[in-house]
Amino acid sequence: MSPAAPLISIDRVTCAYGGDPVLVNVSLDVRQEDFIGVVGPSGSGKTTLLRALLGTVAPVAGTVRRQKGLSVAYVPQVETIDWNFPITVSECVLVGRAGGRIVPWPSRAERAEVAGVLDRLGIASLQNRHIRELSGGQQQRVFVARALVRRPQLLLMDEPTSGVDLTTRHEVLHLLDDLNRDGLSILLTTHDLNGIAAHLPTLVCLNQEVIGVGAPKDVLTPEVLEATYGARMEVLQHAGIPVILDPYDRSNVVPIKAVHSHPR
Amino acid sequence: MTLSEFLRPFEFEFFRNGLAVATIAGALCGMIGVYVVLRGMSYIGHGLSHAIFGGFAASALIGVNVFVGAGIWGLASALMISRVTRRRSIGSDAAIGVITTASFALGLALIQVFGSPGRNPDAVLFGNVLGVSRGDVWMVIGVTIFAAAVIFLQYRPLLFSTFDPEVAAASGVKTARMDALLMLVLALSILATMNVMGVTLIAAGVVIPAVVARLLTNSFARMLPLATIIGAFCGFTGMIGSYHLDIASGPTIVLTGAVLFTSVYALTARNRTRSPASPDTRAGSLSPV
Repeated sequence: MSPAAPLISIDRVTCAYGGDPVLVNVSLDVRQEDFIGVVGPSGSGKTTLLRALLGTVAPVAGTVRRQKGLSVAYVPQVETIDWNFPITVSECVLVGRAGGRIVPWPSRAERAEVAGVLDRLGIASLQNRHIRELSGGQQQRVFVARALVRRPQLLLMDEPTSGVDLTTRHEVLHLLDDLNRDGLSILLTTHDLNGIAAHLPTLVCLNQEVIGVGAPKDVLTPEVLEATYGARMEVLQHAGIPVILDPYDRSNVVPIKAVHSHPR
Repeated sequence: MTLSEFLRPFEFEFFRNGLAVATIAGALCGMIGVYVVLRGMSYIGHGLSHAIFGGFAASALIGVNVFVGAGIWGLASALMISRVTRRRSIGSDAAIGVITTASFALGLALIQVFGSPGRNPDAVLFGNVLGVSRGDVWMVIGVTIFAAAVIFLQYRPLLFSTFDPEVAAASGVKTARMDALLMLVLALSILATMNVMGVTLIAAGVVIPAVVARLLTNSFARMLPLATIIGAFCGFTGMIGSYHLDIASGPTIVLTGAVLFTSVYALTARNRTRSPASPDTRAGSLSPV
């Protein structure tokens, strides 16, 4: 990470939703131009970490410090979107400026800004389309556009490539890389170790607590992955990028016929 | 039926008042209905109107202004629903079912035991053109202006918190305030329109115009005025039907909406089957551009 003062700094944060803690004693700094991936199994607290950074979940212990006037935007998982909601691309992007004008219709400046963001993301021609009429990559771009019209310094994304195909995954990764090169700090969560996590500059391995932080080659190791996921994984190196092999072991699987033929 | 027979009810002031209230009330219900339907709150609208009937009966009995008493009762019911729902073991639909039907039953019991001084309970239950006074006209106009002002001034925050409440909250929108504001507008709308629509049928008056508008457009900015116009049309046509068919205004307004829904549903069926990528297929789909 760069040495500049952090945009957000969380220090020994513990979060809980009434019962057992979901995050325990987590410390993390997010700085200008960082591009951080958070990986971990389901229920490891990735989304709660995003919420703590956003300020929508208050920690039960620890502190979250934000730079004064920091603008943060959030892109949720596309699975959480109601795709039948009657909203066009331009309407969807414009609600990102909910704190803007009081009157419903956009100003000339807002229209130009929305058009500019859509153009930059390559979806300007789709602005009158319903959001369901788009491909997976285009849909992700719409929600990134909605975040960008807030002019954020930090973009938080929850599983941006969840449920998308290979082409869309590349498309999204290239888009985020371009935005990061333009100075936007990005923190995203992902389950995709090989397709996304291994290509990011910085990774955080999380399982309620931080297991490891650093470059992929330093944290995507069998030891850290076992501590994070509770399963031994083999890691190969390909062109300087770690490749995690699926730990699935056929010898542990009981054949279906054998199960069926068990006497009662 | 001759034209003069058709136009005869317009000679009566009670009918002109009823027509004005039904048309404005239809527009009001259509406008609010967009948010109710898109937020999946149709059942709470249905329940709240029933709960308000309990307040109507109780306030008529103790001599409090019916609209004030029923309004406070309705808001109290909404708060109770919200409180009971916080217990994770009880879902919001079950909480609505218990609290609002209990309130409705209490209203029926009170009326059966003590009667209903001043107001005809049938008119409140099913709507009645004869029950509409000039004061009702002004009340509906006032609530409609208030609701339109809320929607106009809070258009983006309301849309954001309806479409994507989690991100709206993360983006600084006061989503709890938006929810409360919408409940207040819904409760006021039910109070203002219960004389025409009847508490048992208001939910349909709220839901049907929004659903018809949804079938006709994919744009929120178009759905809102469309639902308002459809609601006004149903109110206007239903009220005329109410006079000529000699049926309570609530059922005729709702039946007008139901006929409109059936027609639009049938006419748009072809477009729906041709509609592009469903959410289930979007992940792997290529651009339809």
